[in-house]
Amino acid sequence: MIAFSTLRRRRRNAELSLGLLAVIVTIGGYILLALADGPTLPPDLWPLLASIVALYVFAHLAVRRLAPGADGILLPLAAALNGIGFVTIARVDRGLTSIGTPSHLARIQSGWSAVGVIAFVLTLLFVRNVRVLERYTYTFALLALGLFLIPLVPHVGLTVNGARIWAHFGPLHFQPGEPAKVLWVAFFAGYLTQKRELLSAGTRSVGRLRLPAARHLGPLGATWGVSILVLVFEKDLGSSLLFFAVFAAMLYMATERSAYLIGSLALFSVGATAAYNMFGHVRDRVQGWLNPWPYRLGPKGFQIIQSWYAFAAGGVYGKGIGLGISYKIPYASTDFVFAAIGEELGLIGTIAVVICFLLIVGSGYRIAIESTRPFSKLFAAGLTTILGLQTFIIIGGVTRMIPLTGITLPFVSYGGSSLVANFVILALLMRMSDENSRDEART
Amino acid sequence: MNHAIRKVAIVVVLLFVAISAQLTYIQLVRASSLNKDPHNVRVATRDLTRDRGDIVSEDGAVLARSVPVKDSYKYQREYPLGALFSAVVGYQSINNGNAGVESSYNDELLGKDVRLQTRSFSDLLNSHNPTGTVVLTLNRVAQQAAANALRNRRGSVVVLDVKTGGVVAMFSNPNYDSNPLASHNTEAAGKFATALNNDKLKPNLVRAYQERYPAGSTFKVLTAAVALDDGIVNPQTTFPRVTQITPPQSNKTLSNFGGENCGGTLTESFTVSCNTTFAKIGLTLGDRLAQGITKFGINEPAPPIDLPNPASSVGPTDGTFKNNMPFFALGAIGQGNVAVTPLQMALVAEAVADDGQILVPHVLDEIRASDGTVVRRYEPKVWQTAMTPGTASILNQFMRNVVADPNGTGTAARIPGITVAGKTGTAEAPGGPPHTWFIAFAPAEAPRYAIAVIVERGGDLNSESTGGKVAAPVAAQVLTSLLKGPASG
Repeated sequence: MIAFSTLRRRRRNAELSLGLLAVIVTIGGYILLALADGPTLPPDLWPLLASIVALYVFAHLAVRRLAPGADGILLPLAAALNGIGFVTIARVDRGLTSIGTPSHLARIQSGWSAVGVIAFVLTLLFVRNVRVLERYTYTFALLALGLFLIPLVPHVGLTVNGARIWAHFGPLHFQPGEPAKVLWVAFFAGYLTQKRELLSAGTRSVGRLRLPAARHLGPLGATWGVSILVLVFEKDLGSSLLFFAVFAAMLYMATERSAYLIGSLALFSVGATAAYNMFGHVRDRVQGWLNPWPYRLGPKGFQIIQSWYAFAAGGVYGKGIGLGISYKIPYASTDFVFAAIGEELGLIGTIAVVICFLLIVGSGYRIAIESTRPFSKLFAAGLTTILGLQTFIIIGGVTRMIPLTGITLPFVSYGGSSLVANFVILALLMRMSDENSRDEART
Repeated sequence: MNHAIRKVAIVVVLLFVAISAQLTYIQLVRASSLNKDPHNVRVATRDLTRDRGDIVSEDGAVLARSVPVKDSYKYQREYPLGALFSAVVGYQSINNGNAGVESSYNDELLGKDVRLQTRSFSDLLNSHNPTGTVVLTLNRVAQQAAANALRNRRGSVVVLDVKTGGVVAMFSNPNYDSNPLASHNTEAAGKFATALNNDKLKPNLVRAYQERYPAGSTFKVLTAAVALDDGIVNPQTTFPRVTQITPPQSNKTLSNFGGENCGGTLTESFTVSCNTTFAKIGLTLGDRLAQGITKFGINEPAPPIDLPNPASSVGPTDGTFKNNMPFFALGAIGQGNVAVTPLQMALVAEAVADDGQILVPHVLDEIRASDGTVVRRYEPKVWQTAMTPGTASILNQFMRNVVADPNGTGTAARIPGITVAGKTGTAEAPGGPPHTWFIAFAPAEAPRYAIAVIVERGGDLNSESTGGKVAAPVAAQVLTSLLKGPASG
């Protein structure tokens, strides 16, 4: 048994030295991007380096102070992904500017990274004990539901590219679904912690199947309803799929009853079939997934084929930062950011990014397993699952493993709401990790 | 719960493994085929920014070259002779992709051909850009002669080297200058391309091998060849002297040009291009005519020339005689549903000149590496065997008569000191005066060049000799430049 103080020191020192690597990756990428234009360093190199180092050190010191026993690789992994994302967005900006559509998304994204880090620190500061969150289970449910529905409110909700997932209050635009997903996992973890025994035991028998009482199933049905609602009214396929999959996974993890998985799968099939038959945009996505080649210039095939071309252009080693043309793919900064990475960093780069996510997800599940409290277990497992599945849904979408649905690649894609929400998830996982190591030290 | 969490974790990890497998599939397994996909904008963009070899004529004129420039494309493609060679050379355009030799020999020009890549060990060390020079079989003098002879009249000239199948000249009017299309000012290039596409005269269509016309009396060469090979006629076979016939299943008469009374032996009929004689032959041959013309490449896939999108030629089809006899009478004289490209008719002349063989037509002579060594030379290949050598020698004499005989329709093609063998054609086409044709080869005793000339709407319905008067002199001028001009010494 390692003493808490040793573990703490080891983890924090790892975090600091790995963070240095993440900073080098980011700054190195940014320099290479400028060198693609000619032998001059980027004019904002030193201010950028200073702010990246400052941000990382700020986050690191906050962890040292607020969650010293937390896992040491989560923060550097998130920083590396965020850095690769920033360089790729800057790269897309530069490409778009060169063809006459000036873009400053990288600058905005760097601002959002700072907001994300602040949110990370604030989460660590205010959530000193995850157990406290269990008290607000139903408050979270209401808040999440409210946030889900905001985009549907006239004058507040905005439809962008066919999906009604934006809300705006004055100059502030955000996607309420991003904070909602964190609240929603918190609610579900709390709810399942309280009801899991009831749900797994079952009180009534229907044939060979034993079902819990209807009043316990109610909130589950409501959850399923919300995900359908999101799909139908907000046309947000990706989020809908994500919520539903996490819903099923958490239910299974809480009850250990595979009947819930089978039931969820059945519900999903019904929903998916109905959606396919009812909505043209769902059909387009499915057809573009099955065979995009006949639709190479149309909405069904264009993006996905361009995405494949970008990945192929990168090959194994990549074209080099700034030397590809994947900025020409629509949404290269958001949904298709991974294709831009694939072109310029190659298979080596894409696999490296996948491994970063794999390590985050692995740490997340380890935190869940190591935790001794049911709520923390479910909460950590739920947050990890949502992070992992979101990554799978978008990468699977842009590589044509599954139908394309537009959601962000955590930490990498352009987008403030997503970045802030993911940093909050990161902070919560680290909080629970810290609690685990304290518990272990105590026993 | 840990049990279930582990299971979910394993599933998520497996999903990530699946992602990695898919990435490997796209970026490793499929990469090379996707990178070659012509729809991939990267293919064209990549080529646009690379150095590119010259395209030169057989006699050393630079037809296309890349000049370093300061803009983002790095090289500007230039066509020093502009419209003169655009039919063959084509263009490299940012908006419109590539055409002509720029398209068919794109890889060689860019040096992608393996034989161009590494010529010595030192090349491995100096990462120079290996480009290939594409040397064409076309001759600048002949090409210029064709342009001069056609003047501003619409039409085409195709000259082939009888011994190799190489295209010596290929010129079409109207045409276009390749330079504006290659401009890096994409807006201007786009406007130019749109104007070309909207032009009713279709200057961007290379008529010489992409447009079909009724063949008129030049088709009698095929009819005669099929009949002689079939054995139903010999040069002495006589035909009645009439002014017109009425084919079965029809009440429309088929007359000789200008209502002339002609017939007699096959030799005489060929010399004066007697329609009634050949219509009769067509009706006698029936489906055998349709079978015979496929040996010339009619109703077959287009001649496999090394240029993009060649058009195929068509005529009466096998098995249709029973229900469509008039088409065989008309087809025998190159009317009805006969539609041929000028290239195809040059190949017909070549068949007579070369003992019945048709070689694969081509514009490539050789490809040279940057150090001048030849890395690839075009080897002549046989495309079709159109007729027996015996029939070819009879037709050789027939075609000499057309030019040499005072009654022949092609006397305007005579060249002092050189025996020219030819056949005239005046092809009726709806909507205007007939097209005038002349196909020929020379010298008749030891043929070197085969030629086809069409002058669109150049004729006069009342005289078969108009084909000879309008198109034959063009052929004579071009052949003279080749056989007597400075190029041939």
